[in-house]
Amino acid sequence: MHRKKTLALAATAVSGSLVLAACGGGGPSASGGKISDGKVVLGLLNDQSGVYKDLSGPNSKVAIQMAIDDYKAKYGDKAVAKDIEIVTADHQNKPDIANTKAQEMYDRDKADIILDVPTSSAALAVANQAKAKKKLFIDIGAGTTALTGKSCNKYTFHWAYDTYMLAHGTGGVVVKNGGKKWSIVYPDYAFGQDMNKSFTAAVQQAGGTIQQSIPTPFPNDNFATYITKAQSTNPDVIGIMAAGGDLINFVKQFNQAGLQGKTDLAVGLMFITDIHSLGVDQFQGTKFTDAWYWNFDDQNRAWADKFKEKTGTRPSFAHAGNYSAALQYLEAVQRAGTDDADAVVKQLEGKKINDVFLRNGEIRAADHSVLHDAYLVQVKNKSEVKEDWDYEKVLETIPAQEAFGPVSGDCKM
Amino acid sequence: MSAFLQYTLQGLAAGGFYALAALGLAVIFGVLGVVNFSHGACYMLGAVASAVLLDTLGLSFWWALLVVPVLMFVFGVLMERLLVQWLLRLDPLYNFLLTFGITLVLVDLVKRRYGVSGLPYQLPPGLDGRVTVGSVSLSLYQVFVTLFAVLVCVAVWALLTQTRIGMIVRASTEDAERSRALGINVGRWVTPVFGFGIGLAGLSGVLAAPFRAITADMGSNFVIILFAVVVIGGLGSILGAVVAGFLVGLVEAYGQAYAPSFAQVLIFVLMALVVLVRPSGLFGREEAA
Repeated sequence: MHRKKTLALAATAVSGSLVLAACGGGGPSASGGKISDGKVVLGLLNDQSGVYKDLSGPNSKVAIQMAIDDYKAKYGDKAVAKDIEIVTADHQNKPDIANTKAQEMYDRDKADIILDVPTSSAALAVANQAKAKKKLFIDIGAGTTALTGKSCNKYTFHWAYDTYMLAHGTGGVVVKNGGKKWSIVYPDYAFGQDMNKSFTAAVQQAGGTIQQSIPTPFPNDNFATYITKAQSTNPDVIGIMAAGGDLINFVKQFNQAGLQGKTDLAVGLMFITDIHSLGVDQFQGTKFTDAWYWNFDDQNRAWADKFKEKTGTRPSFAHAGNYSAALQYLEAVQRAGTDDADAVVKQLEGKKINDVFLRNGEIRAADHSVLHDAYLVQVKNKSEVKEDWDYEKVLETIPAQEAFGPVSGDCKM
Repeated sequence: MSAFLQYTLQGLAAGGFYALAALGLAVIFGVLGVVNFSHGACYMLGAVASAVLLDTLGLSFWWALLVVPVLMFVFGVLMERLLVQWLLRLDPLYNFLLTFGITLVLVDLVKRRYGVSGLPYQLPPGLDGRVTVGSVSLSLYQVFVTLFAVLVCVAVWALLTQTRIGMIVRASTEDAERSRALGINVGRWVTPVFGFGIGLAGLSGVLAAPFRAITADMGSNFVIILFAVVVIGGLGSILGAVVAGFLVGLVEAYGQAYAPSFAQVLIFVLMALVVLVRPSGLFGREEAA
């Protein structure tokens, strides 16, 4: 008991001195009264050590810092948010840890917003916290449509992609271009089942047929017989819904089965880091939907160059998404003149945005889904690759209004 | 029918690979009585080493097949001398925990150095084709892995049963006390046998590199299946590990074809059945149970 008291005292003392330090450092500016605790705190909550580390992870902090730098450079002395801080935490892709960390960020670190949060179950936990604490949450890394459906709330925004976008981008467009008959192989857990449903709906809606849907254990490293089975009905396209290491296992064995170039391979969710780690020749010809590609145009490329200077690597769409979300949040604070959550939400809702990540972007007020152009891409042949990370060619730009689904009836703000 | 034949061949190909990977586990348990949980991590190190050697020194798959097992042998010898040997006299649980700890350390070190999304590795030139007989078709690499695995299994079996060294090693495991009384230096063989087992894990890692994702976590799921193989075959039995390896490969292939979501569960159902009927495994000695 005694020790607990001492600890509590120490904690109070430390946090007290932190507040003092913050005031001393930032100084109460003209608008300081409108910024809670004298500073704006951006919380980055994602996978810092596990399977999603490379595709977002620590480099997303660099992306968010770039947003802060750009914001400060743009507004200089006129900036409403003078003192801006990033705090990070590792949620290890577990919903219970995400829940605790989100609480800590909002309460202890005084985070005004939480960003990123890959892994759907973890994202849903954080959305609940955002609602309870009345603080902002912009999700970039997770795919579930529940964030803008059943679990939508006033303080949660879904910025980059969702399973509807992936399924209708890849499924819909591939069928339209002649890939009518599909076999789907999916890992038998929440994400895989969700993807299987979305893809089946998208393919059928576009006039295609699903010949087989084959569930596989997760994780799994031997796909040989699943591939034979998927191929046995002679489909035009085999759709694989696995991610990470399982996806790489599947693609290696798909190629070994002699199917590369014979049967089209469509991947449900893929990041550019997957192509980089497996080697472009193994993936060549594969089609998937990307939310953003660094070498799409000059604007993207210029940003990717800056990112490379700081990290030594090219950005994934999650990195660019984190940049965009942080920047647009700060812009909204600027317009609102305060970091008060309700005022910032008002500034974001319905806003039309064009930035390096969002093209023809619009924050839909009804469900906080962020609509923007998506891209059906194909992995280049090795001979077409001119530099490291130059892996994708954009086959089709899917307009923002078509890329995302209609407002879900389940969403009650 | 041809589909069934195709599944069978695929099962045998997977089985050969399981047999080879489980062999090292069986040898180490047979001679040292150590349940080596780090076998999966050593398998991972073998695959990572091939990818890194290819990337940095341009060492081809064929050279990796030679060099990596030797490196892993040395690694195994160091592991035994520095750590494992101190716990040999205690309850086997201690070495199980030790090797479990070693696994965690190795996996995290690889993650730290090489990230989590994996390393690239291509099929070796010459083995990227396919073999087609009638309506059945297998990748050349699958055929190669199967034949290679069988060859190594036979060689290890011959080494243990047909040579003087093998006889000494077997005698030492059978009855260390009496072997010592007959003037055999039992301790001398413990270290190389451990290194040998780890070398075999590394070898299966090299073979896995072209057709599996090379990530720090690649061994964590795999080692569970290997334990199932070794338990089905009988702990410490070389022949058992080989036969059970093929059996598990077949069960997995038929499972994938006819009951897709249960493919992995079936392996453990088989294990449970074998343990119920023959607690010491298919080829285990009664006292091992």
